[in-house]
Amino acid sequence: MKKYSGFSLFKHSLSHHENWQAAWRSPQPKKEYDVIIVGGGGHGLATAYYLAKVHGITNVAVLEKGYLGGGNTARNTTIVRSNYLWDEASKLYDHSLDLWKDLSQDLNYNVMFSQRGVLNLGHNLQDMRDIERRVNANRLNGIDGVVLNTAEVKEIVPIINDSQDIRYPVLGASWQATGGVARHDAVAWGFARGADSMGVDLIQQCEVTDIVTEEGAVVGVQTTQGFIGSKKVACVTAGNSGVMAAMVGLRLPIESRPLQALVSEPIKPIINTVVMSNAVHAYVSQSDKGDLVIGAGADAYNGYGQRGSFNVVEHTMSAICELFPMFSRVRMNRAWGGIVDTCPDACPIISKTSIKGLYFNCGWGTGGFKATPGSGNVFAHTLAHDEAHPLAAPFSIDRFSTGHLIDEHGAAGVAH
Amino acid sequence: MHHIYCPYCEEMREEEEYSYTGEAHIERPKDPAAISDEAWANYIFFRSNPRGIHHEMWYHAAGCRRYFNATRDTQSYKVHETYKMGEMPSITAQTLAVANLSEKGGAS
Repeated sequence: MKKYSGFSLFKHSLSHHENWQAAWRSPQPKKEYDVIIVGGGGHGLATAYYLAKVHGITNVAVLEKGYLGGGNTARNTTIVRSNYLWDEASKLYDHSLDLWKDLSQDLNYNVMFSQRGVLNLGHNLQDMRDIERRVNANRLNGIDGVVLNTAEVKEIVPIINDSQDIRYPVLGASWQATGGVARHDAVAWGFARGADSMGVDLIQQCEVTDIVTEEGAVVGVQTTQGFIGSKKVACVTAGNSGVMAAMVGLRLPIESRPLQALVSEPIKPIINTVVMSNAVHAYVSQSDKGDLVIGAGADAYNGYGQRGSFNVVEHTMSAICELFPMFSRVRMNRAWGGIVDTCPDACPIISKTSIKGLYFNCGWGTGGFKATPGSGNVFAHTLAHDEAHPLAAPFSIDRFSTGHLIDEHGAAGVAH
Repeated sequence: MHHIYCPYCEEMREEEEYSYTGEAHIERPKDPAAISDEAWANYIFFRSNPRGIHHEMWYHAAGCRRYFNATRDTQSYKVHETYKMGEMPSITAQTLAVANLSEKGGAS
């Protein structure tokens, strides 16, 4: 892999940028791998990257039915934060946030991680009590957080409607200054390039149609490009996790639903942070290109259609217009849906299964993007050692029968 | 926006009148104390979550305020049928597969 640098940029400008090395190879699948990762999104590619880098396991294939980073990695609203309530979740997400800080240098790929701060608004007294509780919990766990009042929120976001006469007035917010946004595609591409350079085979247009087991152990997968053998198969397939599980007769505590987002036409810089509100169900930031990136809610019903209901978008836009009256005349350019794998406790499943050699990393629901590096990092450990990483151990699938759920509906909600 | 037929009101109504309340035909264990934790978890949390035909419960919140069942395709979002509580679906993944096969056979 040729290193990207200011010098290489200059050198290639002399040949009109026509001779850049391809970022990754497009190999034919081998007959057998040490580990097969199903799903070439951010989490799958990060898993492959850390398997190779940290654990030295490079005989790995990532099988992707479409193209790399074409699913939820391409469809989210790119928010990164770690202000979760419970110890288990906040440690996992903060581990991820730590990795984000050096990710561009580590990958030699600019993931445009921008720590511009994240506001979570409160609109009634109970919201504010919850925010105080969460911020205090965060600070005990070493995660920065502050409780702000209306005037302090207005100072950070001068365009916000601070009238107390609106239906859901802004009473205050939690503020995580180390939160922010990152360039979603670059994250997938950076991990892909890094994994490929260490020998991982990234195989696109290769859909897994069956998981083959013998005597309760995985022996490989049937794909649209034929049978590929492996004693370890890791499913990192987000919304399609239930479909993967059904191939071996397993059920998951997951339901797949469309979550929508939309972007406006590009406008001049107007909002330099991330504003989120669980209560009125809206969140907004501005991309470097100038688009307002707006997240809507998830549909209430199961669906795999990668599109959502109009009434959900309408609901979100009415909230955005009340919080930011000046946005009422901004036109929306595009809207889309991604299929999120929602878990009953709004926390992921990073786990072995009852079938030997079959692993699942799923259930990230509406907020998986922020966890991309951390998720890959701890899941790679789980795969390499056949034993959960200490940070991943509480997220075993067993928690649904032991009752040790990690209820993050307050911090995760739907807003991301 | 879905238009869903309420089997009790016997009318097509807009999606916003309804609430989705999850997978249908899940039977509560007769004696919860007698079953294992895994079986209880299976009842409470684990779902079939299919890509395709799904039998699910809807609640007509802004109408007759009654629960009913629907057979819906989770990929195309087509609502194949709605039926009253206690009834069984007339359309399932199996019956549709058979119907599709015979349709293809007829065309050739």
